[in-house]
Amino acid sequence: MQMRGSLPSSPNAAPYGNTGKIMSDKKFDTTEVIFEYCRELFEDIDFTAAREWKDKKAERKVVGYMPVYVPREIIHAGGMMALGVLGGGENMEVIHGDAYYQSYICRIPRSTIELSITGRLDFVDAMLFPSICDVIRNLSGMWKLMKPETYVRYFDVPQNYRDDLGGVYYVNELKELRSGLEEMGGVRITDEALRRSIAVYNENRQLVNAVYDFRARTPWKAPSPEVYLLMRAGMVLPVEEHSELMRAYLAAAEAQERPMRDNCRIVLQGSFCEQPPLNLVKSIEMAGCYIVDDDFMLVTRWLLDDVPLAGDPLENLSAAFLHHSVETAAKYEPVAAEKGKFLINMVRSRAAEGVIFAAPSFCDPALLDRPMLANAIDKENIPNIAFKYAENSGQMQPIREQAGAFADSIKLWSGI
Amino acid sequence: MKKTAPREAIKELSMLKQKEMIASNYEKLTSAPQTGARVVSTYVPGNLNELIMCFDMLNNLPEINAIQNGMRKKSGGMILEAEKRGHSEDVCTYVKSDIGYMAKGAIAPNGKPLPSPDLLLLSYTGCFTFMKWFELLRDEYGCETVMLQVPYEGDGKVSKNMRDYVVKQLKQEVIPALERVSGVKFDIDRLRENLARSAKAEDDFVWIMQSAKNTPSPIDAYFGGVYYIGPIFTAFRGTEDAIDYYKLLRGEIEQRIALGKGPITPEGDLGEEKYRLVVEGPPNWTSFRDFWKMFYDEGAVVVASTYTKVGGVYDYDGFRHDPSRPLESLAEYCLGCYTNRNLPERVKMIETYMDEYNADGFLTNSIKSCNSFSAGQLLMMREIEKRTGKPAAFVESDLVDPRYFSASNIKNRLESYFQMIDQKRRAGGSTRAA
Repeated sequence: MQMRGSLPSSPNAAPYGNTGKIMSDKKFDTTEVIFEYCRELFEDIDFTAAREWKDKKAERKVVGYMPVYVPREIIHAGGMMALGVLGGGENMEVIHGDAYYQSYICRIPRSTIELSITGRLDFVDAMLFPSICDVIRNLSGMWKLMKPETYVRYFDVPQNYRDDLGGVYYVNELKELRSGLEEMGGVRITDEALRRSIAVYNENRQLVNAVYDFRARTPWKAPSPEVYLLMRAGMVLPVEEHSELMRAYLAAAEAQERPMRDNCRIVLQGSFCEQPPLNLVKSIEMAGCYIVDDDFMLVTRWLLDDVPLAGDPLENLSAAFLHHSVETAAKYEPVAAEKGKFLINMVRSRAAEGVIFAAPSFCDPALLDRPMLANAIDKENIPNIAFKYAENSGQMQPIREQAGAFADSIKLWSGI
Repeated sequence: MKKTAPREAIKELSMLKQKEMIASNYEKLTSAPQTGARVVSTYVPGNLNELIMCFDMLNNLPEINAIQNGMRKKSGGMILEAEKRGHSEDVCTYVKSDIGYMAKGAIAPNGKPLPSPDLLLLSYTGCFTFMKWFELLRDEYGCETVMLQVPYEGDGKVSKNMRDYVVKQLKQEVIPALERVSGVKFDIDRLRENLARSAKAEDDFVWIMQSAKNTPSPIDAYFGGVYYIGPIFTAFRGTEDAIDYYKLLRGEIEQRIALGKGPITPEGDLGEEKYRLVVEGPPNWTSFRDFWKMFYDEGAVVVASTYTKVGGVYDYDGFRHDPSRPLESLAEYCLGCYTNRNLPERVKMIETYMDEYNADGFLTNSIKSCNSFSAGQLLMMREIEKRTGKPAAFVESDLVDPRYFSASNIKNRLESYFQMIDQKRRAGGSTRAA
């Protein structure tokens, strides 16, 4: 199957074209091909696909963003590409980055600095640093000091979810982001363009959710390493291509027969910022745990519903953030009784049998949140374990043993 | 070798005054169950003492309890207790010390238990951990919680949107919660009076901190500074007590300047002032005296520090609480706290201090627990070296976890650093303060 032309084209096709090099000349009719393509993208720390997208037209701009959430719709509406920067990963040797951070700070900022110092982000025109923790927040200031020529924005979000308080503040922040990008890109971002982009991302989110639903229904048909890399591809590809890739994956995975293993079903929690090595995801499944939900790359499904197209687009993005977004450690939970409910509902709706808390070392949000979430799920008798990792963790044996023992304990003792 | 008994610290009148103030506040807090006074827990940065006083409520600050426990060498056990309860070894030790403190009965320095708060006022200013800390406390106390989100100055300035957001939260969230819990109706004129008193104390406070521009400096703006910030950062801003304290302290410092004296240390007046430093980052509290001694034994005086701006920046851009714009002024106070400013602004501020206080060098005490301060400090240090040409150094410790204070390591580094300053002076790179 040829990618372009043979798949039903999206009604919300990009107004500016969207070709990455590798995409245009491959047939995406099997999960193996898709997996290999996604792996190429994942391992490419020079971001070739994004560079090639940018090189197609002189006026194109690339806007980098870090975890955990930015409204990519606004970037897209300016004809720009949103590029997820999730650190250098397990294969990047960090030489310079360590000189910027003390040993007790997580790895994602140091490998991100490494990406910058080694010129791998030199094509990026703007960087957004979302409100997630003090390390990423301060990295925004470091970027300002180190890259004064780049448009850098600390992207703040409301922790008050009233429309007349947090909502007003957030809409004004979105307006500031819009005008900052307009100035940087020399473009005007109209409401109409925003509505089109909201539609494009609604569709992308529906497909992300479809992939997650598919995996939860038939986890043996959508192994987590595949789903993980498929979502990682969404960080570095134009959104339309990512959507097409997910469609192709769903079709290929559905058509493929794979053996069902005697695995238990778990939710993975705490990996929303610094990403684990791919081997960790593989190890968990190999140890006997199907991951039926997770919080990797939350930006792809931060908003829980479609954002309405009618009305003021920024107001709509704001309302979606305030009232229909995921519950995660980077957000304040104003109602004590609600703490952990989102996770419990996720476990129930995915028919999961346990939770693995997997957080990066020194990750304040995940590690501070964990005891509260663990308490909440303990009360519901949901088994759980916890471990830490770094994006370059090499030794998987302890993780396999821990996850394996967890899987065995669920299979042997649950329901007794 | 026979050990000599530690020398009794010399107390000046201002020190005794502050001691009395703190003791009386703990007495009020611990007797709240009997007096019926309502207690609000809140944080030092962005603390709204003037507003809290409008409701006759008492202000209890978890960081201060952690510091007290750190200085009394009790925090180590409390942290272990929290870790036993599932809190990660990687996270803030103020939080863990606080959780362990509660587990051990929350005994105040006067030997009586602190009451549970009636309200948690989460002033989310300049530190992400604050937000999670109060979610954890809320779990323990089960009391009402109100959040005041203070947006971060990502672009190095306060926008109208940020200020408006804070003011609206004060009006629509914080004040109604304080009214509800206290049963007292908000009176804006009372707030104005409190703010006027704050501004008065702030004038003297700034004069005191800026007295370090003298040579020799009559104060140590870090180790001494943490005592000087006590009243204005905690439960006394907006009180007559704070005005009196700073007046008294100012008088003592004026006298020291007139006599050409350096700072007072736990072992008496400092002798010759050999090194003038600007310090970034909080101190270590579990070995506070030992840490300080490493400086005064070498004749090193801290002439400016960023930690003394964490609960409000009054000198750098002239902020004062303003009774004519009460809520806006509180918003600007919260927004302007040191760790709520972006890194380029923090670097600029330090550079200004290096210049205005005629410093010989810049030292960072990087705190394991505190990413808000620590993330980016190595780059800040290099920027300061580049901009000022003065030598910089970096030591690491923790707030209240004694496991992370390595005295010999820090002492070695400091000694090498002082030698580096000497060497630079000999090479003509850094002139010694006249």
